[in-house]
Order: sequence, then structure tokens, then C-alpha cells
Amino acid sequence: MTELENIDDSYFECKVNGLNTKCVTVNNGLFHPKNITSDLPEGVHVCSMKEARSRYSDIFECHYDKVRRSSDVSENNDAADGVFIYLSAGVELEQPLQILNTLGSETSFSGLQRNLVVLGKGARLTMLVCDHTLSGVEFDINNLTECVLDDGAALDYYEVQNQHAATRFENKLLVSEGRASLLDAMMITLYGGEIRNHIHVALNKSDADCNLRGVYILDKKQKVYNFTYVDHRAPHCSSHEHFKGVLDDAAFADFMGCVRVRPDAQKTDSYQANNNLLLTPFAKVHTSPQLIIDADDVKCSHGATVGQMNEEALFYLRSRGVGADEAKLMMMFGFAHDIIGKIKLQPLREEIDRLIDKRFRGEFSKCHNCTMNCNK
Amino acid sequence: MNLLEIKDLHAEVDGKEILKGINLTVKAGEVHAIMGPNGAGKSTLSAVLTGRERFNVTKGNIIFKGMELLQLPAEDRAREGIFLSFQYPVEIPGISTVNFLKTAVGEHRKYKKLPPLSGGEFLKMLREKMELLGMDNKLINRSLNEGFSGGEKKKNEILQMAVLNPTLAILDETDSGLDIDALRLVAQGVNKLKSPDNATIVITHYQRLLDYIVPDVVHILYDGRIVKTAGKELVPELEKYGYDWIKEGLS
Ligand SMILES: Nc1ncnc2c1ncn2[C@@H]1O[C@H](COP(=O)(O)OP(=O)(O)OP(=O)(O)O)[C@@H](O)[C@H]1O
Ligand SMILES: [Mg+2]
Repeated sequence: MTELENIDDSYFECKVNGLNTKCVTVNNGLFHPKNITSDLPEGVHVCSMKEARSRYSDIFECHYDKVRRSSDVSENNDAADGVFIYLSAGVELEQPLQILNTLGSETSFSGLQRNLVVLGKGARLTMLVCDHTLSGVEFDINNLTECVLDDGAALDYYEVQNQHAATRFENKLLVSEGRASLLDAMMITLYGGEIRNHIHVALNKSDADCNLRGVYILDKKQKVYNFTYVDHRAPHCSSHEHFKGVLDDAAFADFMGCVRVRPDAQKTDSYQANNNLLLTPFAKVHTSPQLIIDADDVKCSHGATVGQMNEEALFYLRSRGVGADEAKLMMMFGFAHDIIGKIKLQPLREEIDRLIDKRFRGEFSKCHNCTMNCNK
Repeated sequence: MNLLEIKDLHAEVDGKEILKGINLTVKAGEVHAIMGPNGAGKSTLSAVLTGRERFNVTKGNIIFKGMELLQLPAEDRAREGIFLSFQYPVEIPGISTVNFLKTAVGEHRKYKKLPPLSGGEFLKMLREKMELLGMDNKLINRSLNEGFSGGEKKKNEILQMAVLNPTLAILDETDSGLDIDALRLVAQGVNKLKSPDNATIVITHYQRLLDYIVPDVVHILYDGRIVKTAGKELVPELEKYGYDWIKEGLS
């Protein structure tokens, strides 16, 4: 098994130019002992899940596995380790907290990881999760992240997936939202083998909002599934979902989004959209946005598109002197940027734009200063 | 010098003949107006000139700056100096006008083997052109034409023209959708860009644009052919009598 110690130190710098993060590393599902979490501001607590069981036993007992059990996610994940994050009420961590999930092994490897994020009343946090593979063997990975947002808490969650093609990745993000809390989550799939993202959000109290966004860029035989389930359990909540994908070669994508509006959830405002751009006749998409509505005073809509590149737009670009290939790249880039442009952190937005541009150009897609070979 | 020579041009789309033998010569320094009833083939002619593949040329040829234009792909025609201000500009999400123009200028310069402009040089040039047209920053940072009003789209077309500085500009109903002030600004912009080396073809239905951009020659395109060519005195006549007398004269 590849241990972190064997890897060059620059590996900790899977960093975004100009973005100053607090970074913790998880290798093969284990919280890395080199992680320094003692220098965090007061009220911000980060440690391994193992340590959290004893050190933050109250919080841990109170929240662990609660979100999963109240959701419809039946399958368990009894991973022993992962990252525990707890922000006390009213605390805001200005820097984004970055979790670097790395996989490295000399033989095929299957692993589990479990994270728990608890934001007290009014606490605010930005998370950046990066999923990477370090070696080219087969990986079969199952991650489960539970997030509890107390009243008025706000979580910005960005996940960047860049794994090699022999990886199977089952990735669950389960969120429970309190009154007037806010979740902004974005799944950015740059590269992968078979990725299944499940995002489950329960809007438990009134005036909570959530925005779920995603971009997936696939080629060869890559497969990505995005399952979202937004459960409106209280009135005056809103949920907006927008997932977009660009598929080349014989790639496959599935979007299954379900919005459930319970009888009490009056004045729900919900919108769901999934758009796909197919570059070849062999790429395939399944898309099924769904609404289950048991309240009468709600505003809900959904829509899905699967299409080829707009010929008229292509001609427009070419008629200005942009070559046909470059024009296609611009259109693909623009299609994805529709989502990427919503990233609030400017350095991250620029970095992802850059990675996506390189990805479309078929160039190696890696972060600045990164020594990882994610593209294998 | 003849900048553009169209000879007996026939073109069809989906098997239907639209252009039925167009002859047109434009000299450097000239402004030509093309008028004609709806469906006559004016936009089709623009599309054929700019290289839209779905229009199939069945006969005739086009010489531009001494070159066989029909042999060039759309992007090379643009780089050689042909520009079309579209009657219906296309909305393109996710690409801002700034970035698009930067790429376009880069491709033009590469084609002409000129060194690329630095970001600063490009922005300075862009700002000058925007001032010329009385445009502000808001539009150019938004996605290209997306959600633009009709008039904003037309202004954006003329900004692109100003930046790319074409040898032959074709303005396809650029006046439609512009308010009175915008019309004057756009026309002034077009006039300022005029030089003895370039030429403009203005497609329009109305006299008002031609009061500002005064044509040297006026053509009437009717049912795929140019049926009348005259000086600018033709414009008020058309405004007054419409096209019926032309149609009658033909039958
Ligand atoms: N893709 C197409 N398939 C079939 N017919 C077409 C197609 N495109 C254009 N036409 C037809 O060609 C004819 C000429 O159209 P064109 O747009 O060139 O007219 P125009 O002179 O620009 O009219 P307007 O003044 O209304 O803009 C019209 O009858 C139009 O319906
Ligand atoms: Mg027309």
C-alpha cells in the first residue's frame, strides 16, 4: 500500500493558485496522522472520525448516522475513519476547508470512508473536497458524508472528482437542514471510471434553501450517475438543481432527480434541470427529473435536454474567424461554464475553468503543483 | 478596384432554389444598399457570402479580393475580412463577448502571422471601440447575446464589427430593433469605420438607416435576382410606392 510518507511533500500542495485553504488529507479512507488541525480558530473542530468518537462524544453521539437513518439511504457504510468537522454556533471559518481524498495502492483496493460535518446555529463553512487516485490499480470506494446544518447555518460544498478510469466510486452526500439554513453544493466530475453521486437533502424546517449543481465531463467508457433527492418537509423552503454534462465517445450519464414535497411544505419553490451535450452518436444519457407533490400551494418545475452542438451557434463563432475546432471547444466550455461560473471562490472558479478547458483539449488535467497521476 | 464580384450566383436550400442568378460588383470605398420584399433572398445571399454550408451553391462564382471566395471555409472568409452583422444574432450561453472577441482577434492575428495582443492591449482596443459606439461594460461581460434585448444584440454585432475591422461588412437589417438614438450611434460608428479600402453592404427595409449611412448604389433583390440597380434616389421612391411597381414592371 502506498503510504503518504513515500510521496513527495509537494503532494500536499494539491492547491489552487491564490486560494488559501485549511487542508486535511485522507488516504485510502484513513485520516492522515500528518494532518495539522491544532491551528484552527476557536470553535472550529476538525479531527479523525476515530478521535471524534471520544473527544467530541456528545456531538458525535447526537448526530452520527442520524441523517442517514432519516433518509431513504438504506445501505450502510460502517467505515471506521474519515473526517469529523464541527463548528460551534455562530462560528465562521473564513478559509475554505479542503479535504484531499487520495487513493494509492499497488494491488486492487476497496475501501470505505465516512465523514461527519456538524454546523451549529448560524455557523458558516466552505468545503472543498478533492477525490484523487494516485496509482493505476482498480479501486472500489464507498464514501458517505453526513452534514447537519442547524438553524441559520450555511455550507458551501464543492467536490472535484478526478480519478482514473479503473475506479468505482460510490459517493453519498446526505444533508439535513434546519430553519433558514443554506446549502450550496456542486459536484464537478472531471474524470472517473464509474462514479455514483447520491445527494440527499432534507429541508426539515421552514425557510431553508438548497442549491445543487453539477458538471460532468466524460469520455471513453466513463459512467457517471447523479442521483438527487430533495425532501421538502417544511414550508417556505426552496431548492434549485442544475446539472450539466458533456459526453464524448461512448460515455454514459444518468441523472435521476427527485423532489418530494410533503403535505406541510406549502410555498415550496423548486426547480430542477439537467442538460446534456452529446459529442458522438455513441454517448448515452438517461435523465429523469421527478416531482412528487403532496401540497397544493407550491411552485415546482423541471426540465431536461439531451442534444448535439448547436450548428447555428457554431457557424456564428466561425463567421467571426474562430476555427471550427476552437469554436466547438468554446461551445463546450461555455456549456460547462454555465455551472462553473456559479463557484463563489474566484481562484477556484478560474482553476476549474482551466482544468475543464484542458480536459476538453485532451490535455492532462491536473491541479497546479500536483504530482498525482489522476488521468491514468 | 473591385473588392467583390458576384457572377450568376445560384443557391438552394433543401432542394429549393432561392438565389436565381445574382450579379453584383462592389468596389472598395463604396456603400451598397440591398432592399427587397420579405423572402426575396437577402439573408440567403449574406449566408452564402459568409460560408454557411447548408446553402448549396449550384452555379456561379464569387471573387473577393481576387480570390475564389467559395473555396474558403467560413472562418477563413472572416479572417480575409468578410463580416456579417446577423439579422438574428445567436445566443450562446457561457461565453462572454469579451472572451469570445479575444479569441476571435487572436485567430485573426494568427492567420495574418501577427504577434498576439496582450490582454491589456486587447482591452484598450475594445474600450476604444465601445466608446465609439457609446456602449458600457455590462453587456460585454455577459454571455454572448443571451437575454440581450433586440437592440442590444444589434449593437453587440456592430461592436464585433468595429473590433474585427472587416474589409467587407454586410449589415443585415441592423436597424431593426434599434431605438432612435442607438440607430444614430450605430450609423455614426459604421461611418467612422469607413475607409477607401473597405466597403459596406447594407440590407434594410427602411430609409431611415440610409439617411445616416448614405449608399452609393441601391439594389432591389426580388425573387432571387437583382431586378433594379440605381443611385440613392431610389430609396425615397421605394418608401413612397413600395415594391408593386417593380413587380408589375417585371410581369
Ligand atoms: N432552410 C430553409 N428551408 C427552406 N426555405 C428556406 C430556408 N431558409 C430560407 N428559406 C426561404 O428562402 C427564402 C429567402 O429567405 P431570406 O431569409 O433570404 O429572405 P430575406 O430576403 O432575407 O427576407 P426578410 O426581408 O424577411 O429578412 C424565403 O422564402 C425563405 O422561406
Ligand atoms: Mg432577411
